[in-house]
Amino acid sequence: MSELAVTVLQFGLLLLLWILILSIIGAQGRDMTISKRSRARAAASGPSAAPGPRNGPPAPAAASHSGPTPRPRPRRLLVSEGPLAGTELPLGSASIMMGRAQECTLVLDDDYASGKHARLFPQGSRWFLEDLGSTNGTWLGDEQLTRASTVEPGDRIRIGKTVLELRT
Amino acid sequence: MSTQTHQVYKPRRNLELVLLLMALTVAIGAQMLVAFALDEPITNDYFVEGSVYAGLVLAFHVVLRLRAKYADPFILPIVVTLNGLGIAMIHRLDFTASYSGVADRQLLWTGVSIVAAIVLLWLLKDHRRLRQLTYISLAVSVLLLFMPILPGLGSEENGARIWVDLGFASFQPSEIAKITLAVFFAGFLANNRDLILLAGRKVGPVTFPRLRDLAPMFIAWIVAIGVLVVQNDLGNALMFFGLFVAVIYVATSRFSWIAIGAVFMLFGAALAYQFVGHFRDRVEIWLNAFDPEIYNRAFGGSHQVVQGLFGLAHGGLAGTGLGSGNPNMVSLANSDMIITAFGEELGFIGLSAMLLLYLLLFSRYMRAGLGTRDTFGKLLAVGLAVVLVLQVFVVVGGITRVIPLTGLATPFLAAGGSALLANWLIVALVLLISHAARQPVIVGPMVNATGEASSGTESRLQSDGPGARETAVRRHSAPPAPSPTDEDHTRLDHAPRGGTQ
Repeated sequence: MSELAVTVLQFGLLLLLWILILSIIGAQGRDMTISKRSRARAAASGPSAAPGPRNGPPAPAAASHSGPTPRPRPRRLLVSEGPLAGTELPLGSASIMMGRAQECTLVLDDDYASGKHARLFPQGSRWFLEDLGSTNGTWLGDEQLTRASTVEPGDRIRIGKTVLELRT
Repeated sequence: MSTQTHQVYKPRRNLELVLLLMALTVAIGAQMLVAFALDEPITNDYFVEGSVYAGLVLAFHVVLRLRAKYADPFILPIVVTLNGLGIAMIHRLDFTASYSGVADRQLLWTGVSIVAAIVLLWLLKDHRRLRQLTYISLAVSVLLLFMPILPGLGSEENGARIWVDLGFASFQPSEIAKITLAVFFAGFLANNRDLILLAGRKVGPVTFPRLRDLAPMFIAWIVAIGVLVVQNDLGNALMFFGLFVAVIYVATSRFSWIAIGAVFMLFGAALAYQFVGHFRDRVEIWLNAFDPEIYNRAFGGSHQVVQGLFGLAHGGLAGTGLGSGNPNMVSLANSDMIITAFGEELGFIGLSAMLLLYLLLFSRYMRAGLGTRDTFGKLLAVGLAVVLVLQVFVVVGGITRVIPLTGLATPFLAAGGSALLANWLIVALVLLISHAARQPVIVGPMVNATGEASSGTESRLQSDGPGARETAVRRHSAPPAPSPTDEDHTRLDHAPRGGTQ
């Protein structure tokens, strides 16, 4: 084959390689960008999670939150449903053990709760909920806890028939 | 928050098919081009090999359509391009006096690897099942890493005792160990992340985790590094260490881990310089590559590095063209130094395209990790991405004299069956993770229980009784990249939480 043809083919290969790369980048589109919603959530969940200045108005979903200003700290734990409904517990800096056992911070009078059912503990400005190997499980919102997870004010914590909430 | 719009991911398998056809054109075209340039006859073998490769790749594509419809559409085309270019270059080097028949073996291993990846994809179904193997994979990693130093089983090549002789072929178990170690690190940290984050003593600005929370990690890491140092395989030691630091940094999002890691690495490098003669030679070659005395040394000289640099320089901007350079001047041109062969024959334009492909592949791995909702999947994808990028860094950095040259296989390019197998298995795992990340999830009626807006709508569910699962389901698309603080547990994630209690 003539040298010219080979050279042309060589350049064709390089060109094709770059076309492949450009089509991959082009087809990705905005996949690598962080969506407005995630940004809004990051902004709503605290300044530590949202570094850098934010351009543009926050998404409407974030408008009900306080935006980039610090989130209010939860101050009370309220039992909203269940046998102990109405009970309130002030939140300090110590963790709160919940269950039927007498040594728990919040003794639940609930047949579906385990002895030491779950633990709420503070870390920084947030509270974490951790299941302690209970029989019936601990539910945060509609999800069963599989590991420690953050709790925001208003999240429903369900233990047996008891529903708890953090309040600011 | 019913006003939120969720990004709906499409399967995008047709896009993958189009990109795959382009990738196959590049791969098989490069192979043919070698024959044109060297005036070799195009025999039937070219068509047979080309169609075998294309057939395997398309089989993988079909399996993805059947088993992981929502998997990332870019990973497979990138990998197919790199692997195909690797085979073409190895094939081209087979025409020189130094090598023969390596390309056939590489194609055979490619086939074995693709089939293994398909089998893994087909059988595993969900990457979260690997979480149950956290400690088993630790045991397997230790076993794999110790295999080459067992007498009668291991064999030594080029001063590194990292091979296991299987009789019909030799195998490098540390390549597979990087997958099992990534699984262990991810599983362990997913289980114990909160303990590591929360418990511990605070000294100044740094919180040190309790030793017993981290002990299994450190044992795994010390065993890995120790074995590798004994085996003289410093490239892999660096990679395992990088994997350890990166995964723990991502799990805890504390920058101090990077700082601690850097200090440890410098310390380790100083120790290795003191006690490992092999490493001292490498540093000397790195610093004084152009010293005639070192260059002309019979064994362990800088001949390889310097010839590699000359090769890159010879290639220039557009390269000499496939088949027209002299890449065989560099020893190990088809494995450790294959990047120089590409730099010479495809030039800066071609080599930068290949490095960009690696960058894109890395970004797709990271994207899979960002998108998935379970901690284990996130950490596993990040770990595997780090493994990929560190291999490329160690190889390319070594060749361009950024760091001392240590032998590591360039992912998908270099001749070597074990590395190819490991990298294809990683591809299968990441595809599974990205499938989990992009597929629509089935959730209960309460989509988002956070915030006051939704708290009023949930009261009807509280009478379900303990443990009752909502039976009403609706399809809802996955949220895009979760914010760093996102609670990423999922309903499907019922893996046992070994070690936390």
